[in-house]
Amino acid sequence: MSTNKEAKPERILTFTEAIREAQVLVMERDDRVFIIGEGVPDPKGTFGTTIGLRERFGPTRVMDMPVSENGMTGILIGAALVGLRPIMTHQRMDFMTYSMEQLLNNAAKWHYMFGGQQSVPLVVRAVVGQGWGQGPQHSQNLHTLYAHIPGLKVVMPSTAYQAKGLLLAAVGDPNPVIFIEHRWLHGTKGAVPETYYELELGRAEVVSQGDDLTIVAHSLMALEARKVLSRLKDKGIGVDLIDLRTVKPLDQSTILTSVRKTRRLLVVDTAWRTYGLAAEIIASVVEQGVRLLSSPQRVTLPDHPVPSSHGLTRSYYPNSATIFRKANSMLENVIDSDDFEQDWAHLEHADIPDSSFTGPF
Amino acid sequence: MNLRVEEKTLLYRQCLRIRLVEEAIAERYVDGEMRCPVHLSIGQEGIAVAVCSNLERNDYVVSNHRGHAHYLAKGGDLKAMIAEIYGKATGCAKGIGGSMHLIDLAAGIQGCTPIVGSSIPLGVGVAFGVALKGETRVTALFFGDAAIEEGVFHESMNFASLHKLRVLFVCENNLYSVYTHLDSRQPSRELTRMAQAHKMEHHHLDGNDVESSCFRLSDIVASMRQEARPIFVQLDTYRWREHCGPHYDNHLGYRSEEEFLSWQERDPIDRLGRELKQSGIPDSFFSDLEQELVKEIGVAFEFAQRSPLPHKGQLGKYVYK
Repeated sequence: MSTNKEAKPERILTFTEAIREAQVLVMERDDRVFIIGEGVPDPKGTFGTTIGLRERFGPTRVMDMPVSENGMTGILIGAALVGLRPIMTHQRMDFMTYSMEQLLNNAAKWHYMFGGQQSVPLVVRAVVGQGWGQGPQHSQNLHTLYAHIPGLKVVMPSTAYQAKGLLLAAVGDPNPVIFIEHRWLHGTKGAVPETYYELELGRAEVVSQGDDLTIVAHSLMALEARKVLSRLKDKGIGVDLIDLRTVKPLDQSTILTSVRKTRRLLVVDTAWRTYGLAAEIIASVVEQGVRLLSSPQRVTLPDHPVPSSHGLTRSYYPNSATIFRKANSMLENVIDSDDFEQDWAHLEHADIPDSSFTGPF
Repeated sequence: MNLRVEEKTLLYRQCLRIRLVEEAIAERYVDGEMRCPVHLSIGQEGIAVAVCSNLERNDYVVSNHRGHAHYLAKGGDLKAMIAEIYGKATGCAKGIGGSMHLIDLAAGIQGCTPIVGSSIPLGVGVAFGVALKGETRVTALFFGDAAIEEGVFHESMNFASLHKLRVLFVCENNLYSVYTHLDSRQPSRELTRMAQAHKMEHHHLDGNDVESSCFRLSDIVASMRQEARPIFVQLDTYRWREHCGPHYDNHLGYRSEEEFLSWQERDPIDRLGRELKQSGIPDSFFSDLEQELVKEIGVAFEFAQRSPLPHKGQLGKYVYK
């Protein structure tokens, strides 16, 4: 790393600003790109990610739409087939289930079933909620449903830097891409270059390197996993933390290389346990015959919907403490975990990302 | 009606060509070499021809599972269609799609898909893309009477109307969804009232009267070209053979022989032929035409049969671009 160059102070953006900036950049470069979704031009601008875009690019490139998730998905697939590059938005991923037919049967299959003659360059941005009592139908992590379908790509950034680079890559990709934003990430901040840059879809980020344990995570859980690194390092435990960035295609080679080194695997998923991403990753490692020092583990949501009451969500969602406990158990409890547990004690309610969040979304 | 004899001759030729292709598929289907579902258009050829004879080559067509007639009427390549049904590498979708997934981009056939109603928003989206690009071409969207029972039909109608897109919604009402009659699926009403509810101009035509439908559609399509907006057209017709496959199936009892015969008497092709004969077209025209078409079709089948199956390396090749 060069150190003598004039060091510009890093520019810090929120995840929201990074997404907005990515859209501005790609719309300036490519006039085939347009954004459409419920409330896109409204005063709240899709949690701030589309604010000001209509003023800048006009009403034919920044559009509202009827509340017709399935029909609109089909319509945007059709528009993509004749050369446009739509970005569709859903303020909650739960509403997107209406459009499963179009995504599954048309978007995912078009390139295949017509022998590669046309593809569907459609990006669907979907926001996953959590906490503040949003309950069973406003907080679902459904990436596994889409990742199961051949022909779709599924992207789940965890930082502002990733959000910008992955969204630019998604819009540039000729295939349909589901781009999933965890609502708790929108307010997070990080260094984001001003330039146009793409982060390759299907390539994970190795956040930290160590010899003792591989932790694989994505989206909000990748941030939670980062929180345990220093604590483990203090005790001499080295962790390979792999932030997937995209869950489809899955970067199996990075995972495998890491686990062959550490021989311990912990997978953290934002979704339910059964038939989930964590199961898939563990299976793919076990299949390769890697000899592990301890049985592979997963941290996931329990197999039931999320309740609304903040009295119940605290024990529903995993966090860095959950990850820490699980990691520690895989390392034969070399660490006295009491200290770490205390880090969490101050959070009276586990249903908000931080104290600045006052609801209602 | 006011079509010139030459125009009627062309309509007749198009209809007969489709009929003979479909009959050739039906006849050879039992050989077991066409190993995919086929939904034949026999009896319904008139609608495809009446609509497509009013379209330009660069206009778009989006269709459904029963798409052979639409594909051929719009100018889709015959050899590539037959090869597709045979599952051959030379098929219009390289053998991956089969009969239900016809495509010919050079002829403006954007694709056919068999999930009922599923291709309706695609057609509207194609027209949306056309509008966003500032083009004026028309998209003709074919679907059956059952597709309007799907929610996505209404979502698509709403959007097309809101954005004044050049979509010709062509509802082919053949009265049956597989074995289920329209009366068991929908309340008694004019289907065109759905269009009215979406503030869309609508017309109800006789799908088996090719000349009159074609004549009316020429005005309809011309006015859509002039003033961008969607128009809904219901055309009544009847499927002669089974829903899927080469056979007749009246023996199943879901429809009466009497009903079937009454529709067969309204054969769109016979009707056109009779009128042409009355206009003085000699018998030799009909026999020459049939001979010519049979020859063309024979060549297409030979092409398909001689073509290679797709290479096994194609199996997972097109999942992503």
